[in-house]
Amino acid sequence: MAYNEHDHLLVIFPHPDDEAFSSAGTIIEHATNRGPVTYACLTLGEMGRNMGRPVFTNREQLATIRKRELIAAAEKMQITDLQMWGLRDKTVEFEDEAALAERIGQLIEKTRPTRVISFYPGYAVHPDHEATARAVVRALRAIDEADRPEFLAVAFANNTKDELGEGTFIHDVSAYTDQKVAALEAHASQTGGLMKVISEDSNIRDLLVKERYYHYPL
Amino acid sequence: MQTLDLKVVQQYIDDHANTPLYVHVETTNGAYATHQDPTFHSAGMFFRNAEITYERGLITGNGPYRIGLKLAHGWLYGEGLTDYEFAGDQLLIAGHDIEGRLAIAFELSPTPFAQGAEEVE
Ligand SMILES: [Zn+2]
Repeated sequence: MAYNEHDHLLVIFPHPDDEAFSSAGTIIEHATNRGPVTYACLTLGEMGRNMGRPVFTNREQLATIRKRELIAAAEKMQITDLQMWGLRDKTVEFEDEAALAERIGQLIEKTRPTRVISFYPGYAVHPDHEATARAVVRALRAIDEADRPEFLAVAFANNTKDELGEGTFIHDVSAYTDQKVAALEAHASQTGGLMKVISEDSNIRDLLVKERYYHYPL
Repeated sequence: MQTLDLKVVQQYIDDHANTPLYVHVETTNGAYATHQDPTFHSAGMFFRNAEITYERGLITGNGPYRIGLKLAHGWLYGEGLTDYEFAGDQLLIAGHDIEGRLAIAFELSPTPFAQGAEEVE
């Protein structure tokens, strides 16, 4: 597939590192071969618990650290348009869902993406993930079916494979594994000891070569 | 952060008695605790940029430490505190578990804490 300015990928997640774990390979593949990538990251993940081991940061500095990590990771993934929306970590579900969906709708209108990546409602585990997923679905449903971008939904709840299966779109990203690891490593405050996790956790190893997306009925 | 020093923290508490301060207080056991162990009951809270004034306050214990600030109509209390740090005129106190994960934050500042992506450096 040739590079095309109009073949735009829009990625919407609430926390820095959501995009890298779930989709770094797909993002890099898109940015390399297809077209531009916009990432709207709703919070800075500033309420995270891990402060390094030994402790190297604090609740206030974490926001600065994660913001810088996000910018660095976006560069590794060749994301040309990184938007930080500045909501507070843990509070997305308490925002006005209609207003958030409206804002997402405006971003879709502006970027005219061919594909949108976000979470799958009901299978996204974290309340911020679920709230983001609901708002994205609401924004997509407000668009005429003929104009609607393709929606690639990320699901990782423990019951995902039992209830939704292996995935509707399984992207082989093994050609981008090294770059995906580099993007994950850019989120250093969250992925310290990544190599140990990779050696111990088969789910993470699988994520480095396969990115799974589910079809969500709109 | 460094290991909590009772003297230094007490001095800050005394110096700021009877003056309005913003607080960020929080307890957490992690957003994914229940995902990893379904029997684990996850509970936590945070309160950011509440404005308080206390008439007296004390940090005490043998470590982990406890703090109590006596307000006009009640108390602000925290326990499990292990570390502290100054950031300009802010006093940041935290409690970490043995893995270095945050369990409690208890922070005081004369001006509001940063809010939104723009206010973060
Ligand atoms: Zn997340």
